[in-house]
Amino acid sequence: MSVLVNKNSKILVQGFTGSEGSFHASQMIEYGTQVVGGVTPGKGGTTHLDRPVFNTVQEAVEKTNADVSIIFVPPAFAADAIMEAADAGIKVIVCITEGIPVKDMIIAKDYIVNRNCTLIGPNCPGVITPGEAKVGIMPGFIHKKGTIGIVSRSGTLTYEAVDQITKAGLGQSTCIGIGGDPIIGTTTKDAVKLLMEDPATEGIIMIGEIGGSMESEAAEWIKENGTKPVVGFIAGQTAPPGRRMGHAGAIIGGADDTAAAKMAIMEKCGIHVVDSPANIGETMARVLKG
Amino acid sequence: MNTLIIYCTFAQNESLMNIHEYQAKELLKKYGVRIQRGIVIDNPEKALPIAKQLHNETGTGWFVVKAQIHAGGRGKGKVKETGSNGVVLAKSLDEVTEKVKNILGGTLVTKQTGEAGKVVNKVLLAEDVYYPGESEPKEFYVGILLDRAKGQNVIMVSTEGGMDIEEVAENSPEKIIKEWIDPKVGLQGFQARKLAFALGLSGNAFKEMVKFIASLYAAYIGSDSSMFEINPVLKTSDDKIMAVDAKVNLDDNALFRHPELAELRDIAEEDPAEVEAGKAGLNYVKLDGNVGCMVNGAGLAMATMDIIKLSGGDPANFLDVGGGANAETVEAGFRIIMKDPNVKAILINIFGGIVRCDRVANGVVEAYKKIGTIDIPIIVRLQGTNAEEGAKIIEESGLKVSSAILLKDAATQVKNALS
Repeated sequence: MSVLVNKNSKILVQGFTGSEGSFHASQMIEYGTQVVGGVTPGKGGTTHLDRPVFNTVQEAVEKTNADVSIIFVPPAFAADAIMEAADAGIKVIVCITEGIPVKDMIIAKDYIVNRNCTLIGPNCPGVITPGEAKVGIMPGFIHKKGTIGIVSRSGTLTYEAVDQITKAGLGQSTCIGIGGDPIIGTTTKDAVKLLMEDPATEGIIMIGEIGGSMESEAAEWIKENGTKPVVGFIAGQTAPPGRRMGHAGAIIGGADDTAAAKMAIMEKCGIHVVDSPANIGETMARVLKG
Repeated sequence: MNTLIIYCTFAQNESLMNIHEYQAKELLKKYGVRIQRGIVIDNPEKALPIAKQLHNETGTGWFVVKAQIHAGGRGKGKVKETGSNGVVLAKSLDEVTEKVKNILGGTLVTKQTGEAGKVVNKVLLAEDVYYPGESEPKEFYVGILLDRAKGQNVIMVSTEGGMDIEEVAENSPEKIIKEWIDPKVGLQGFQARKLAFALGLSGNAFKEMVKFIASLYAAYIGSDSSMFEINPVLKTSDDKIMAVDAKVNLDDNALFRHPELAELRDIAEEDPAEVEAGKAGLNYVKLDGNVGCMVNGAGLAMATMDIIKLSGGDPANFLDVGGGANAETVEAGFRIIMKDPNVKAILINIFGGIVRCDRVANGVVEAYKKIGTIDIPIIVRLQGTNAEEGAKIIEESGLKVSSAILLKDAATQVKNALS
């Protein structure tokens, strides 16, 4: 078991023939992921990386039974790509694209509600279930099949945690990079919930950063519903308070968005919070031993 | 309580662009929002002719002189050289030139600029709108921003206009009234009416406020903004509603749709090192510490700053080299970090995925040689793709650079470098 993606997932690549799409699709295929085809409007009927290219997601789903999509479409068209995937019945939509206008994401997020799909990202490294499916841009070789689920807002910091877990002799069930944009499809709480319900996951690593209240919401949920140990880290403990971008921003948020505030809430909710990002792996190993 | 938090901090993905008050007002005017009229000048010699023009166009006899810098608190702020406030009133044409001279070209220090302050390159000469009349003028607050948690925009109004809205939120949150906007249908008339009634308005002022809110929302959506803060919004003594100040943040990621707005960027308002870094494709924020750092990825960059602190140092900067760490970006990063005289050591932390560590290592060695003598310790931590090869290149280079593979070792080396 695992969450979101596994060896049976049939993956479609939107923006398949572009340079980003081509590079990462071939890496995914090399990892053993079941990439069944791609979509590039206007290039339907051709073949790319030995796989069929379609004009629309709907046609691709009809012909390949794809149930997962990964999006490498440029920012100006990415929200449209998300909505097209949802409309075509894709169940898990992973959007890698960075730099999508907020206005577009407000519309896309609203559109996919009640369309029975899960959006991961945008502006994220993707999702990987080691040994089964890599649906993202993460380096596959640092992962090892195992029992630790990882949720994170960042890219390379996730790789750091993965690497420490692997070196600690543990491995990962599924790693979910939820993305760093202000509007994302799956929140920290949503991802933690998925892993908490996954029988293959024995421990969860939750990596957050300053800004927003997602980690605090996840922590409160864990306090009420948690059944597995959670190790947490918040990046940005040294970020200066004066550097916030908007005056109105600080208004309603209060002081909840600093690293210290989030770490305090997480600790209070029973999460094993580490001060140093160098201690994530060993802390999880220690906690699991009890 | 469902908290509402906007863009905070400098995480890479939270991009927005500031514009000046006079530019913001021009933008609002295009969408039919009534504004306090004014003309911007950059030379005190223009003060008198422009004031006369403003008098002819608006009939105003008093003139407000407003410093144009990207920081709040201008009214209470002080110009270092003259002691003048950043916003002053000239009560006759005779006073205008002198008042302008006291601000223009000076260094304005406000609670948001820090002690260094900001040089005032432009002032806005504006009409007086607090003239006496049938009713008392009254100030309000109107803001529009993104509620991250709900994924919707929210309009906020308050009767406590002209005040520090953060304080209002803390001391009397019930005085801030909000309406969330359903993205499917946009702002509805009843919502604008609810907000205007909540402000206690009636008659013509009520109608004006409804129109004001609707036009303001149209401007927010039309310009792809991520925050509007109009404080104060004024009800004049003859029941007009207008924007007296305007703070607008545009969504950087949407500027490709608005080339005319992209041109409003004022480089003079930004930190020169941050501008230079931006040109080199780096995301740099200067801080006050003694250990510089260069990292790939915003999250890992913040985590690296944390490591520096835990090792007994203080981060001198945030620097994300992004996905393409190579000789050029590393060299640019070195040069920017070393401009800061406080830096006593530099920690380079790269987790190689697509970026290969041996290439980064070669980049570091090349950049190091090209720059010449770097007389502070450099610690290079490479992990991920080809990490061992990278470490070997660093060790065999013969340069005063030490390498690490584990994050822990890097932390220890930072500690040693500082002791």
